[in-house]
Amino acid sequence: MSAATDPIRRRVPLWPLLLLAPPLLWLGALYLGSLLGLLGYGLRAVDDFTGQVLPGFTLASFRALFVPSNVDIIRRTVVMAAAVTVACALIAFPIAQLIARSRGPRKATLLLLVTLPLWASYLVRVYAWRLILAQEGVIRYFADRLGLGGVLDAVLATPGLGGTSLANSSLGMFLVFVYVWLPYMILPLQAALERVPASLMQASADLGARPAQTFRRVLFPLALPGLAAGSIFTFSLTLGDYIIPSVVGAPGFFIGQMVYTQQGAANNLPLAAAFSVVPILIVTAYLGLARRLGAFDAL
Amino acid sequence: MDVLDRESEHAQRADTMTPQSAAAELRGVTMSYGAAQVVRGVNLSVRPGEFYSLLGPSGSGKTTCLRLIAGFETPDSGSVHLYGTDATRQAAYDRPVNTVFQDYALFPHMTVGQNVAYPLTVRGRPKVEQERRAGELLELVHLPGFAGRRVSQLSGGQRQRVALARALAHAPKLLLLDEPLGALDLKLREAMQSELRTLHGQLGLTCIYVTHDQGEALSLSDRVAVFRDGQVVQEGTPHDLYEHPRTAFVADFVGGANVLPRGLMGSAATGSAAQYALRPERLLLASTDAPGPHLTGRVQGSGYLGAFTRLEVVLDGRQTVTAHLPPLTSPPRPGDPVTLTYDPGDLRPLEPEAGG
Repeated sequence: MSAATDPIRRRVPLWPLLLLAPPLLWLGALYLGSLLGLLGYGLRAVDDFTGQVLPGFTLASFRALFVPSNVDIIRRTVVMAAAVTVACALIAFPIAQLIARSRGPRKATLLLLVTLPLWASYLVRVYAWRLILAQEGVIRYFADRLGLGGVLDAVLATPGLGGTSLANSSLGMFLVFVYVWLPYMILPLQAALERVPASLMQASADLGARPAQTFRRVLFPLALPGLAAGSIFTFSLTLGDYIIPSVVGAPGFFIGQMVYTQQGAANNLPLAAAFSVVPILIVTAYLGLARRLGAFDAL
Repeated sequence: MDVLDRESEHAQRADTMTPQSAAAELRGVTMSYGAAQVVRGVNLSVRPGEFYSLLGPSGSGKTTCLRLIAGFETPDSGSVHLYGTDATRQAAYDRPVNTVFQDYALFPHMTVGQNVAYPLTVRGRPKVEQERRAGELLELVHLPGFAGRRVSQLSGGQRQRVALARALAHAPKLLLLDEPLGALDLKLREAMQSELRTLHGQLGLTCIYVTHDQGEALSLSDRVAVFRDGQVVQEGTPHDLYEHPRTAFVADFVGGANVLPRGLMGSAATGSAAQYALRPERLLLASTDAPGPHLTGRVQGSGYLGAFTRLEVVLDGRQTVTAHLPPLTSPPRPGDPVTLTYDPGDLRPLEPEAGG
């Protein structure tokens, strides 16, 4: 029987499908397709001399990820991404709660202030931070004026954290990452907190919970989906970024830089592909963990 | 056991303070939200064991008064007293009151049992006690075996019961209810009303009940405070309010009444009031030449309501009166002339409204 005469089928009009086709094609062919292509590349071998991709499949590039120097890169990136995520969450929570509990023009202003930095180019802001953090930069200047130069020197002398200047330290890179990704944590968190009715907080207090208990037992669990969404942004954006580690920070590659270098200067596409699979796996594992911990239960 | 001990402890404390201390008291309380003053000099005093209603139209300040007693708001001036103690600055979590919220405010990420046991959880009571108490209370509100369910699986009426069970879990002496039955359908509402009344007696509770439903307030309460524009315009027993409304607003809001100017009554009106209230059920259909005071006019509309027939009559001079008459087999039709009589003793003199 034809679709035109079937009364049930006929009710499904064509136009939603037509509207859906472009984004579906985009996601399916261009996004997922290239992702699969990328994975495929990771399984190829490369001619060391010419850099040409050779026929046939090998796990060599994925095995190369477990070379100590590469493990170092992955570890460094993951630790940074985790630290940035935790810091963003801590800073964003009170801000997001303030916005969520505000109304009218005050709320609009606060939201504008949070998103305002996104209006300027990311590159401009990262380079601006390099100047702020530089040995002759604003932070050094004020630290010296306030007699805190010694404190700054002590911080810079801390192994793992410091460097020759803030601009060349892991701490500096951490600060820039936190600054750049903070709005991506505030916005989803704000959206989640906004959906928590004020009466729930009042009910909690009414039933005898002190503010800290209300936070732990009511507000925090209900904010978890927003926190999970925000942390996926900050975590994966940090995992994949290659600009900030190359502009600010201590020597030592990050995953993003490795991908950039391997597919560019080093001309080793399979290794670049293998490296780019790492953040995908980590974020997938992170999502699975968040789900198991019940981060999405309140949805 | 533990719960009972705490209860009597509460009661003793209340008794030893001052022998006649009120369960809750507002003294000269005013409160504004921004530029709008929503409570304007309210005094009220709720006796221990009383079922006390705050009745008024929306925006009359009754809910704000409840929130002041719960501790969600702080008054601009005046004071709040609970069992003889000044609680004006006391945090909500330190007050010996619990609230049933209008939207129930159940925690969506907890089970029904966890919701009910919440007051015990935050006080660090052992798990066994929490579960036992939750079980007891769910039984009390006729939801046995619901402890493991999620809040989202419950109907509106069930949520209402869970909210009530949760508010009772810490055995409060004073229970605040903010239009708790507003979202329920009529049948369920009536069932819950009688259950609330039963619980009130059974647990020796003091209840403060906010509602805009005058029928609910009259049938449930020992005493009612009628609110208008942030003030208490009259306080009294349901009988007092119905039989002796002080102003036209109270007469009309509580039970509905015809508010008639003195001129219409002629010599039937005694006293010096400018307006009188006359309940619709005190008007009777009569023939034109009937003795006693009467009102004449034309029928504007009628409605059959089962127990009675409602007649709307336009009197000469555009004044309309409503009469509730015993069911009539052939009620007057719109446009028919009618004569209504009443007993002058049913007229209630009204005071002018306090300046708003």
